Amino acid sequence: MTAVLQVEGLHKSFGGVQAVADVSFAVDAGELLALIGPNGAGKSTCFNMLNGQLAPDGGIVRLEGRDIVGMRPRQIWRLGVGRTFQITATFASLSVRENVQMALYSHAGRLRSLLGRFGTAFTAEADALLGQVGMLDQAGRPCGVLAYGDLKRVELAMALANQPRLLLMDEPTAGMAPKERVALMELAASLARAQRIAVLFTEHDMDVVFSQADRIIVLDRGQLIAGGTPQEVRANPDVRAVYLGGTH
Amino acid sequence: MTFASIIIQLLNGLAAAASLFLVSAGLSLIFGVTRIVNFAHGSLYMLGLYGAYSLIQALGRTPVGFWTSVVLAALAVGLVGVLIEVLVLRRIYRAPELFQLLATFAVVLVIKDIALFTWGAEDLVGPRAPGLSMAIEILGRRIPAYDLLLIAIGPVVLLAMWLLLTRTRWGALVRAATQDREMVGALGVDQAKLFTSVFFVGSVLAGLGGALQIPREPANLELDLSVIADAFVVTVVGGLGSIGGAFLAAVLIGVAKAFCIGVGTVNWFGAEIVFSKLTLVVEFLIMAIVLVVRPFGLLGKPQAAQRLAADPAPPLTVPSWTFVLVGLVLLLAVPIAADRYVTILLTDIFCFALFAISLHFIMGPAGMVSFGHAAYFGLGAYAAGLLLKRGGLPMEAALVLAPLVAGAFAVVYGWFCVRLSGVYLAMLTLAFAQISWSIVFQWDSFTGGSNGVFGVWPSAWLAGKTAYYYLALAFCGAGIALLWRVLFSPFGFALRAGRDSPLRAEAIGIDLRAYQWMAFVLVGALAGLAGAVYAFSKGSISPSAISIAQSTDGLIMVLLGGVETLTGPLAGAAIFTWLRDEVARRTEFWRAVMGVVILAIVLLFPQGLIGGLKALTQRWREARA
Repeated sequence: MTAVLQVEGLHKSFGGVQAVADVSFAVDAGELLALIGPNGAGKSTCFNMLNGQLAPDGGIVRLEGRDIVGMRPRQIWRLGVGRTFQITATFASLSVRENVQMALYSHAGRLRSLLGRFGTAFTAEADALLGQVGMLDQAGRPCGVLAYGDLKRVELAMALANQPRLLLMDEPTAGMAPKERVALMELAASLARAQRIAVLFTEHDMDVVFSQADRIIVLDRGQLIAGGTPQEVRANPDVRAVYLGGTH
Repeated sequence: MTFASIIIQLLNGLAAAASLFLVSAGLSLIFGVTRIVNFAHGSLYMLGLYGAYSLIQALGRTPVGFWTSVVLAALAVGLVGVLIEVLVLRRIYRAPELFQLLATFAVVLVIKDIALFTWGAEDLVGPRAPGLSMAIEILGRRIPAYDLLLIAIGPVVLLAMWLLLTRTRWGALVRAATQDREMVGALGVDQAKLFTSVFFVGSVLAGLGGALQIPREPANLELDLSVIADAFVVTVVGGLGSIGGAFLAAVLIGVAKAFCIGVGTVNWFGAEIVFSKLTLVVEFLIMAIVLVVRPFGLLGKPQAAQRLAADPAPPLTVPSWTFVLVGLVLLLAVPIAADRYVTILLTDIFCFALFAISLHFIMGPAGMVSFGHAAYFGLGAYAAGLLLKRGGLPMEAALVLAPLVAGAFAVVYGWFCVRLSGVYLAMLTLAFAQISWSIVFQWDSFTGGSNGVFGVWPSAWLAGKTAYYYLALAFCGAGIALLWRVLFSPFGFALRAGRDSPLRAEAIGIDLRAYQWMAFVLVGALAGLAGAVYAFSKGSISPSAISIAQSTDGLIMVLLGGVETLTGPLAGAAIFTWLRDEVARRTEFWRAVMGVVILAIVLLFPQGLIGGLKALTQRWREARA
């Protein structure tokens, strides 16, 4: 079977700096792949090329066999990709429930109505998603007043509203308390496995990475230096060198 | 065109570019550091011109007298700038950007009337520059020596600015603040002093630009808005915050205009094109093209993200049914209970209320500030008048078709505008409004030129003031109801979502530009309806319906009432229209009174009148609880 996401030879440079060089990997349905690496390794650049925010200089990105390079983020969303951002991006003046409803309306193609009343449809669906991420009790609050960790949960609910085949999570637990972090990723992992969603995430918290990821790939100065199961990556000397300081 | 005439037009253009560059450089400098779009910058230019005129009268028409006057006038204008900064703007640096804009509008009104009071309404023609009044022959044509001096002054000032910005500590601070104002504050730099000094330098440049024009252009009271429009174009074409860009753009526009005048009338394929009438259009066309190709201007960079973003907009609440019903019943009863004067005033208010609500829709919930909303109001008014007088349509048909015409213009203008955001978007809307204005103003044979269109009266059954009152109430009321309704529709929510986070909107599949374009067309059509209703209530239309002044009136109405509430712009339109009427009947200096009132409101209620009232009642309730 084909992987949900297949990346081959991805390239991007800014001026003279090679941010991402010849990166290739694949994510299968129901699999959690962690993309790790030190600051400035090119993780976010990589991410932004996958969902269409940045145009790669070269390489192929296939979503379920279809080349999506050159598509806009909104077109990629329509193909079944949900995304959370490193710095959360939600609609601050709308309530938590309305944020999720916005994603549901968009998914259903029902935002073009000029005379209907927004918020009357998809209430139950929105509440179900908010229940899953543990935000139902705050459904009526505007996103502008939420704590950072809660915004991350809202983003997850919005990404799930798309019934995604692929979930891209850029540092999903940054800004959360340590206990919450593992809980949120456990939640994402169980949802992904149950709904056969492929998940690609970056993360700085190694507890989260090594406890939740099925596979890990390591990026350093734009290049993939290692990949494999958590055990394999933990034992890899190159990875140790990158994280613990150069020994060679 | 011969080679000689090309050179001559080039020189003419360069001479005209000098003052344009000076005033734009000042505007750009101030915007870069303080992030304030200083609408009063044209007023400072005007003061420089008037000031130089008076000083020359006092100091004598000698070379020493002339040049001392020019320098003194520039410095005096610098002090006026400091005064504005210290008395008004310093108090509201933390207020939302739009409120700072409102404050500078108020300053425009006050300065205009101070000039009217001091120098009178007549144009004042200044003397030629003593010692430079001769002409120099170049390629067989005579060029005034003073123009050659102006051509030299532009680069000299550019060089001086460059040295000041790159070789002094002050310049380093200015450049740092332009890039990251909060960081400069965090490093312990006294921001208040820096801002005041930047205002001084920027104002001196504006004053100098004005003073240097004394031999070339009469001092008059219309300069403030026409110069600010030119300066906006130059700063935006050059790139906000870029002095070199301002110079390049000033030269480009000055030369393009000179060529339009030089070319004169040309026959192309049997069609007569009067290029000399296109001078106003050409600069705005240049701007529209540059902004679409290079959204941050020729030498500009994308604006640095501001860390201290303003608070997110609060959620909108639906106006209560009781409020709407009580209001409607009262309004329906007005013609029975009140006199003719009230009926006519309220008819005006209905038109401006729809105008303000449509502007609020686009700048508040949709997040696209328009400096040129009068374009649609005015085009709607003209469409109504011209369909009636030239198209021979019955009044009812003209009234219904006019909004469609305005909407059609919004289709074209909006397509360009939604490609930009923030200040650049606002400036482009202004550019389109000015293009519309200049075409209407100059196309005598079709639009009636500066006189406008007369005899635009409603049909017999609507001729009575009471009948027309009900028509205005019905049409404007329906327009407002429609816009409010749309705000709470999926489409309206998508617009609000796009304003809150374009990144997230795109990431969940929303084609924001398409929605914003649609919003542009909708509000354009409804502003056009307001204009059409207004035209038939007055019986005539003049180009002032499309003017910058009309656009700023709309902005004042919205900001006065408060952009964050739905009813705010209604109250703003009513209060502004009523107050203007009241004050204008009592004093010639109604603008200054309005300006002072607006400044008082800005300083006392930074959330607008209705926002302020809401905050007050909330505090009162909390105190009682």
